[in-house]
Amino acid sequence: MKKNTLKKVLRYAGKYHFLIALSMVLAVVTALLSLYVPILAGNAIDRITGTGKVDFASLTATVLKMAVIVMFIALCQWVMNRTNNKITYSVVRDVREEAFSRLQNLPFNYLDNKPTGEIVSRLISDVDMFADGLLMGFGQLFTGIVTIVGTLVFMFYLNFGIAIVVVVLTPLSLLVARFVATRSFKLFKEQSEARSDQTAFVDEMIGNLSVVKAFAHEDENLEIFDDINDRLEKTSVMATFVSSLTNPSTRFINNIVYAAVALFGAFACIAGGMSVGGLTIFLSYANQYTKPFNEISGVVTELQNALACAERVFQLIEEQPEEPDFEGAPKELVAKGDVAVSDVSFSYDKSKKLIEDLNLDIKKGQRVAIVGPTGSGKTTLINLLMRFYDTDKGSISIDGYDIRKLRRSDLRANFGMVLQETWLRSGTVRDNITLGREGFSDEEIIEAAKAAHAHSFIKRLPKGYDTLITENGGNLSQGQKQLLCITRVMLHIPPMLILDEATSSIDTRTEIRIQKAFNRMMQGRTSFIVAHRLSTIREADIILVMKDGHIIEQGDHDTLLAKKGFYHELYTSQWG
Amino acid sequence: MKKLLVFLKDYRKESILGPLFKLMEASFELFVPLVIASMIDVGIAGGDRGYVIRMCLVLLLLCLVGFICAVTAQFFAARAAAGFAKKVKRALFENIQKLSYSDMDSIGTSAMITRMTSDVNQVQQGVNLTIRLLLRSPFVVFGAMVMAFTINTRMALIFLVTIILLFLVVGLIMRWSIPRYGMIQSHLDKLLGLTRENHTGVRVIRAFGLEEKEKENFNGQNNSLTSLQNHVGTITALMNPATYAILNLAVAFLIYRGALRVNAGDLTQGQVVALYNYMSQILVELIKFANLIITVTRAIASGNRIEEMLELKSSMENGSVKEFDKTPDHIVFSHVFMRYAGDSEDSLEDLDVTVRRGERIGVIGGTGSGKTTLINLIPRFYDARQGEVILDGRNIREYDLENLRERIGIVPQKAVLFHGTIRDNIRWGKNDATDDEINRALEIAQAKEIVEGKAGGLDHMVAQGGKNFSGGQKQRLTIARALVRKPEILILDDSASALDYLTDKKLREAIAAMDNPPTTFIVSQRASSVLNCDKIIVLEDGKVMGIGTNEQLLESCDTYKEIYDSQYRKEGAV
Repeated sequence: MKKNTLKKVLRYAGKYHFLIALSMVLAVVTALLSLYVPILAGNAIDRITGTGKVDFASLTATVLKMAVIVMFIALCQWVMNRTNNKITYSVVRDVREEAFSRLQNLPFNYLDNKPTGEIVSRLISDVDMFADGLLMGFGQLFTGIVTIVGTLVFMFYLNFGIAIVVVVLTPLSLLVARFVATRSFKLFKEQSEARSDQTAFVDEMIGNLSVVKAFAHEDENLEIFDDINDRLEKTSVMATFVSSLTNPSTRFINNIVYAAVALFGAFACIAGGMSVGGLTIFLSYANQYTKPFNEISGVVTELQNALACAERVFQLIEEQPEEPDFEGAPKELVAKGDVAVSDVSFSYDKSKKLIEDLNLDIKKGQRVAIVGPTGSGKTTLINLLMRFYDTDKGSISIDGYDIRKLRRSDLRANFGMVLQETWLRSGTVRDNITLGREGFSDEEIIEAAKAAHAHSFIKRLPKGYDTLITENGGNLSQGQKQLLCITRVMLHIPPMLILDEATSSIDTRTEIRIQKAFNRMMQGRTSFIVAHRLSTIREADIILVMKDGHIIEQGDHDTLLAKKGFYHELYTSQWG
Repeated sequence: MKKLLVFLKDYRKESILGPLFKLMEASFELFVPLVIASMIDVGIAGGDRGYVIRMCLVLLLLCLVGFICAVTAQFFAARAAAGFAKKVKRALFENIQKLSYSDMDSIGTSAMITRMTSDVNQVQQGVNLTIRLLLRSPFVVFGAMVMAFTINTRMALIFLVTIILLFLVVGLIMRWSIPRYGMIQSHLDKLLGLTRENHTGVRVIRAFGLEEKEKENFNGQNNSLTSLQNHVGTITALMNPATYAILNLAVAFLIYRGALRVNAGDLTQGQVVALYNYMSQILVELIKFANLIITVTRAIASGNRIEEMLELKSSMENGSVKEFDKTPDHIVFSHVFMRYAGDSEDSLEDLDVTVRRGERIGVIGGTGSGKTTLINLIPRFYDARQGEVILDGRNIREYDLENLRERIGIVPQKAVLFHGTIRDNIRWGKNDATDDEINRALEIAQAKEIVEGKAGGLDHMVAQGGKNFSGGQKQRLTIARALVRKPEILILDDSASALDYLTDKKLREAIAAMDNPPTTFIVSQRASSVLNCDKIIVLEDGKVMGIGTNEQLLESCDTYKEIYDSQYRKEGAV
């Protein structure tokens, strides 16, 4: 699984193979040259043996060489950093683009079952985490390995004995880092569990603060909060403490190595096998050498985390998309509006039957009302008509075309839809009406708003049609939001309409006006209406009475009343 | 930020000892190059192996003591930071719960949640790192310089210049990049918003065939984020190379100048090595310090936001009266006007009505007509701008809020259940309700069958946000929650909207048949829900259009008649 994920990451990075090669070359050059600088410094120091004994000619040359190399290293480092940034940001962009484009053709079956927060966190934070961790991590890992190998080679070249001392002692540092890392990983997990408990509680209680206050539940909440808060504090202290031990303890080991190098180096100097400059080189190597080890152990945990994030992102990208549109689909269909449903069966959960053997024959311009108690499956029919879901059995056809043989976009363009759940996006009122559809003049927009009775309230907003609406229309009332959604459809009325409880949050008086507009709109158009209000659907040609997912009665108002069945019961109960 | 530091008060010991131990560790580190220098100048130069061994033991001792100091400091830092965060969170939560409804409206839920979570985490990290590094890093940098001065004043000047240069470069890069990181964040927020919208609005987007447009829009934002990141990266990528170059060039210069001094006889080779080692120490600490500054800047920004929220005082003053006289005139609205903060018009104008104990009051009107505004005045969620709301003979402002709200059962428009069992949820209405009481409330609320249909009955778990219940089920359970406390006043704010007519009717009948029927306010858009009320208040655009019984209003109130007719057209005369 992990290997697979890694392969996929490489596929995305592969696009930038030139940059990656460049970055690797620069990493090798920088790492090796950086190791050469202390040698130059050591050589220079060796020229300073005592009063009057300084070899200036050779010293000046060495110092100048050092200055030039340092500048060159800095330049390489800068180019390398920028290259790494570029690779990382580009891969992030590519992955996001692909994930978002997948989002546009994922089946509803998937989308309806995933919380928004999850999709968002995969596309935003997971992508960031995996890019930072994997790409930057690989950079560090690579530089680290080159530095370690380079240091070893230089050290063995300079003095075999001391190099052996260093090699023998350094694993200690790794062991300590490992020890700390495994302990802190467990503690971090505990901490993040406690933290997510707290966040969930805060989210729930602050999100519904009005209810909390209405029931004067503040004190009880504070008690529960204190409990969670105490638990979080305890895990947090331990997690922070243990993880913060990594630095001091590896530094401690490093210092031991440093002391050992000083001891053996000094002995070697006294014995005449090494110069003071050589000792300085060794000391600065001893300082640097263990650093990459610590970094690598840090990188490894980060890499694991990054791989987990990458896996989540790829899961989304690789999710089975909707079946592609039928290839021989007719182009640009403008339907007349004959709808036939034949022998259709459908259910969301295949173990529970919902719609079974449904047959309907609707002629152009007819009005179909769907009624029934909450949860009886009224919106399911709409999901099927719009092809948000595909039927399990049987077929739906429009003007004789099986809707599976049409392009989805063509099918949907033939329906004007107003849903129960209003959806507004952050943007101006105008943006929300046109939804990016081009070619509508201001007059047309105002016309549509007037027809939907939205113009008068829009006019009164601070900036009229240019007023900014926050996500989900926080500054509008439920009714106003719905009027805006209706305006969208009024702007360009397709041959067929779907109105799902479109008027449930609008007061009756406004509703009458909208109803009039709707009536005009429905003139000659096939329409499907879902509503609780029986008065609004009395004029329908066909009424479908749904209960528990089944259509139990079907007919017009008078026939159904005369039948004295479920419709009759629903209807009469309105007379409180 | 300053006022937040009060929460560190209980961790005074930790916050002083932590940095102190860090300083001790750092000072031990500063001695190392000196030890090495004398090892070279005395031990190696004199060929004294015993001296070298003694110096190495000193080195080991220094690093052991340093290690112990560091561990102690880390522990204090972790304790102080976590404890501080705990206290801040508690104070925040407590204060947020105290805010009035108008305060909540103006702040917004998501801001409150962000303060409680990510902002506090930032501050916790900031405190932790500050205790560990804020003193240590400058101390090592300046300590190294001071040590250099003790070795040789002229050579130490090189240190001074180098340090100033390093600070300048690091400071400039950070000053340039920190605000730009903010821009990157807001770009990212935009991408996040787009992704959200595309999931929440997927039906609308596909119904209007906007998939390609959305992709274009997203890719545009995505690309501009990437180019901004690359742009900012150009400068931030300079940080490491620039500091590396400055420091190593300084080393080269130091060696050269050192050579001149040694040649002249006022410096030893070992001292040059010591100076070289001090230089190296500076770089490591400076990088740490730069990272610390970034974390601290973020923490301070978060801290300021938290502080603002802590300083918010509820805009509503609590009363003190806890006894209620139970007068027959239960609630009197006396020429009440109400306006929401920031609005230019009243949402309720000149309401003047007396409600007798046990009466049923219907409130009807269109969207935005002021129905919810009216009932929000009864539990004193908001205060009237003008006029008085009188309950049991006293102005409602005189009562203690908790005592007042305890006698009112509210069923809000949006049915909200909480994570916990069904029993826990109903007990929100009454802490010590017995199962008998709960069952009775469920019966009246027509919710008995819901509970019976669930595994475990009252012990059935409600998921967060009540996701495992349908809208109608949730609504009935919230009604039961309001009824279980046997309220004196019951408020149903459009609570039947998710119920079908049949259930709605049964519910109203069951409430009327209660032993001690509460004074009930029924808010609705349906005439059928308020038909049988003792008084119906008809509202339009915040104005009272009429008050009376169904019959009276049909005669005298055009607005009411219009609503009624729209719902009982043709057969309306039954």
